Amino acid sequence: MLAVHGLNTHYGRAHILQDMAFEVGAGEAMVLLGRNGAGKSTAMKSIIGLVQPTSGRILFGGRDIAGEAPHRIARSGLGYVPEDRRVFADLTVMENLEVGRQPAREGLRPWTPARLFELFPNLGRMRDRPGGRMSGGEQQMLTIARTLMGNPRLVLLDEPSEGLAPVIVQAMAEAILALKAEGLTILLAEQNSHFAEGIADRATVVEKGRAVWSGTMAALRADESVRAQYLAL
Amino acid sequence: MSSILPQLLTGLATASSLFLISAGLTIIFGVSRIVNFSHGSLMMLGAYIGWSILTRLPREPEWFALGILATALATALIGVVLEMAVLRRVYRSPELFQLLATFGVVLIIQDVTLLLWGPTELPLPRPRWLRGFVEVAGSRFPLYDLVLIAIGPLVLGLLWLALNRTRWGTLVRAATLDREMVAALGVDQRRLFTSVFALGAGLAGLGGALSLPNASANLGIDLSVIADAFVVVVVGGLGSLPGAFLASVLIGVLQAFGIVLVPKITLVLVFLVMAVVLVFRPNGLLGRPQTEAREATVAAPVVRPAPPALRLLGAAALALAVAAPFIVGGYYLTVLTDACVAILFAASLHFMMGPGGMASFGHAAWFGIGAYAAGLLLHWAGAPMPLGLLAAPVAAGIVSGLFGWFVVRLSGVYLAMLTLAFAQIAWAVSFQWVEVTGGDNGLLGVWPPDWARDPRPYYWMALALSVGVALLLRRALYAPYGYALRAARDSAPRARAIGLDVERLRIVALVIAGAACGLGGAIFAYGKGGVFPTYISIPHSVEALLMVLLGGLQTVAGPIIGALVYTGLADILVRSTDLWRLVLGAVIVVLVVAFPEGIAGAVRRLWLRGREA
Amino acid sequence: MSVLSVQGLGKSFGGVRAVSDVSFSVAPGEMLALIGPNGAGKSTLFNMVGGQLQPDAGSVTLGGATISGLGPRAVARQGVGRTFQITATFGSMTVRENVQMAILSHRREIWRFWRPAAERFGDEADALLAQVGLEVQAERATGVLAYGDLKRLELAVALGNAPRLLLMDEPTAGMAPAERVALMQLTRRLATERGIAVLFTEHDMDVVFDVADRILVLDRGALIAEGDGPAIRANPAVRAVYLGTGSGGH
Repeated sequence: MLAVHGLNTHYGRAHILQDMAFEVGAGEAMVLLGRNGAGKSTAMKSIIGLVQPTSGRILFGGRDIAGEAPHRIARSGLGYVPEDRRVFADLTVMENLEVGRQPAREGLRPWTPARLFELFPNLGRMRDRPGGRMSGGEQQMLTIARTLMGNPRLVLLDEPSEGLAPVIVQAMAEAILALKAEGLTILLAEQNSHFAEGIADRATVVEKGRAVWSGTMAALRADESVRAQYLAL
Repeated sequence: MSSILPQLLTGLATASSLFLISAGLTIIFGVSRIVNFSHGSLMMLGAYIGWSILTRLPREPEWFALGILATALATALIGVVLEMAVLRRVYRSPELFQLLATFGVVLIIQDVTLLLWGPTELPLPRPRWLRGFVEVAGSRFPLYDLVLIAIGPLVLGLLWLALNRTRWGTLVRAATLDREMVAALGVDQRRLFTSVFALGAGLAGLGGALSLPNASANLGIDLSVIADAFVVVVVGGLGSLPGAFLASVLIGVLQAFGIVLVPKITLVLVFLVMAVVLVFRPNGLLGRPQTEAREATVAAPVVRPAPPALRLLGAAALALAVAAPFIVGGYYLTVLTDACVAILFAASLHFMMGPGGMASFGHAAWFGIGAYAAGLLLHWAGAPMPLGLLAAPVAAGIVSGLFGWFVVRLSGVYLAMLTLAFAQIAWAVSFQWVEVTGGDNGLLGVWPPDWARDPRPYYWMALALSVGVALLLRRALYAPYGYALRAARDSAPRARAIGLDVERLRIVALVIAGAACGLGGAIFAYGKGGVFPTYISIPHSVEALLMVLLGGLQTVAGPIIGALVYTGLADILVRSTDLWRLVLGAVIVVLVVAFPEGIAGAVRRLWLRGREA
Repeated sequence: MSVLSVQGLGKSFGGVRAVSDVSFSVAPGEMLALIGPNGAGKSTLFNMVGGQLQPDAGSVTLGGATISGLGPRAVARQGVGRTFQITATFGSMTVRENVQMAILSHRREIWRFWRPAAERFGDEADALLAQVGLEVQAERATGVLAYGDLKRLELAVALGNAPRLLLMDEPTAGMAPAERVALMQLTRRLATERGIAVLFTEHDMDVVFDVADRILVLDRGALIAEGDGPAIRANPAVRAVYLGTGSGGH
């Protein structure tokens, strides 16, 4: 469903992504694993169009979206959940969801606030609360719900467990698994392979802007050398 | 008692006009983070277009209302064009370049308006109903002012509904908080921005057209209105619509009473109100602290002293400058003297703007204060030139220090707005306080003593003073103080955490910059033999900015080179065309649109590309 | 004798109590970790000690002198150094000049307008850089430093002020796990050598349990536990609100 080929991205002089390549199949959950600064977030921002790649192709549903404006990419069915949540602090939960709302997509059951509140019951109890007055975990749920309002076929989840208390992380993993069960394709970025373990089918290990290893989660578990060399565990 | 109510109503009518103009400014800022300097120009266009439409329509009230709405629509369309042609291309540029681009638009609209409608004021012939009065508390009150009073709250209410009860409004409020995220959620930012800009421009046009019955369409509207609007928006809190309303009422009413109690104080009163508000609420009445922009900032390059070759070149240039009177004469010597003044003007602005990190759109204020200090001392006390040259930097330094004390806690955009507002008020004082300053005629007979009457000794004196002061400024920048000032600019939290007094460092920088600039003003005054309000005019302030930006902010030699280049170019430009504003404005806009990352950034990019090839 | 002593500290924002009645102290050379869920009031507490926020109730004393109510600059002058969650260095200066700046400030040499700053305290700055392992990078711009090196530079800059207390807000955020422990062990060594008290917030439980002498746990603005690593790990209240049902760390 998503295929990245030879993607290069620069920040000023710094060459962040260097011929990055990976694929995500429909209905699959794939994780980009790597240390901080390895290029996971930049890869995600390049895909959604917030960062302009210098070269390379990003095929989404067969169409090259590299270099398009973010709103076009989002409307074509890609959802993006940023690492630092970025909820609209002054807007209520309902208004945050409204910003994310896009028309229903063919063949998908459209997301409504009511359906999202079943997935995240916490949010349903604070419809009129401003995003800025929610806890970190609640904000994380709101960003995911807000992205789902766009009825995406694939979501990019950038470190959804970062900065959350372990007890919230568990709840987050369960919600993501529920989405996966619905048939949503997921691309996850994580430093924490424990979190990815329970969710992802396959992993691509990223180091210094390159994909250095790719395979199933079971293969990653078995490969001590990759884990030691790139994940510093 | 009986005079209080009509006075209050007059104040509220003023408040409505202020609100219309500041509401558009604040909404546009909220979404685009651009302070639109050309907002006053849009109001001016509103007045002129309104005049053209209303004078062609029947004079009944319903036609008047229709004409006003048509004017608002027309300015909204101009806003759309402006957004798509200029602003859209600079959203990712550094803040300073955005301000500069909108300022270029101000200059362009000035000359275009002059070309289309001519230089004379255009009053609106008022039909009977517009001259009507109603009885209020025993005195007659203009009916039209009552209409104005009603329009302010009406517009506030409609805007509130649009922002809080529609999807468009929700998107606008979300974009105000994090526009990048809004785009990543599938919202077309460009259309959103264009619509917001159209709304803001339409409000400005509405304000311009509605001001016609009480005033006239004239070429002074743009800058006087933008200064007022800046003060209102800053007092109310940047980006806050209710804040803008509250501030409009506060300032409108205070002005109405002030004009009765102490007629001369009104101009200064506005500034006093702002000073008091900012001392107690640094972010304005209903404003919140400005969050840092979410874009990655490019770190400033490490500052290094000039290499020996460049120093040698500088020494050679200086030797040439000293020898200049033996080579050229007459006219070119006065141009060179102007260049010496320009060096002081630019180097002092660079001092506060580069290492100090405080941009100013009103640097000419210190220039003018210095010039007037010298001129007034001579005019009223017969003080000789040396005393004048001493008094000028002292006076400018003191005033800029006082000004700094109020504004030093504010972020860059606030500072840029307030420097412009302050300069505009200083200009208005010099223009209107005829008894003291001579008003538009200025102070004449400000000549140097006999030994300096000849252009040669005067040029040498100007050269010695300007080069000497520029070298002193350079010395201070490499001394611990200059490092600390730069540290405060690079990272204020870090600077505080190692015990630096960020505010005091900045105030001192403002005092130094103000004093050096004031000295330049005095040299200029004695050189020309007079002091005039144009010394403080906003275009003069922008000249300083252009000199600094031409030379680049990163180097100490930059502003000096910029001053020399600009003086040469301006001399050619002014001598060759009447439409210098149009040309200058167009050049600014084209430069900013063509090099959105700044000229230095473009050069670096081209250089990198050249190396890779 | 403690360096920092916090007594009954409280702060509300618009009627919401962010921190209430918190008391603790830190001894010279001691590493005290402050942990808790997001929104527990860690940042508020931290900023009240650092002078960025003024408390509504209680007091903060440093070596017996009250510092609550002072601004961040005055607090720094009293001998409190700090590092930031998002690294903040002086981008227009070299690594050495960053440290020289801190020393110039500490020695009260800021208000000098003549002698070049680059000539002052170069050797002292180099000595501090050697201690954090940055001596070979002294001439480089901070913009080109690796992330871990920036964190070390922040440490050297904080030390330039000869602090008695070091506040570190999420010092290892954004670092690779192996680098994290290395940075905090460096901090631990410097703290012991110089008798500096260290108060830090941290999300990485491996780092916390590895280097902290004592741990404070904050939840909804109140202190719910205090003790060494094993005691905190075993504390049922802490497990419920923060650590969860898994092991202590990852």
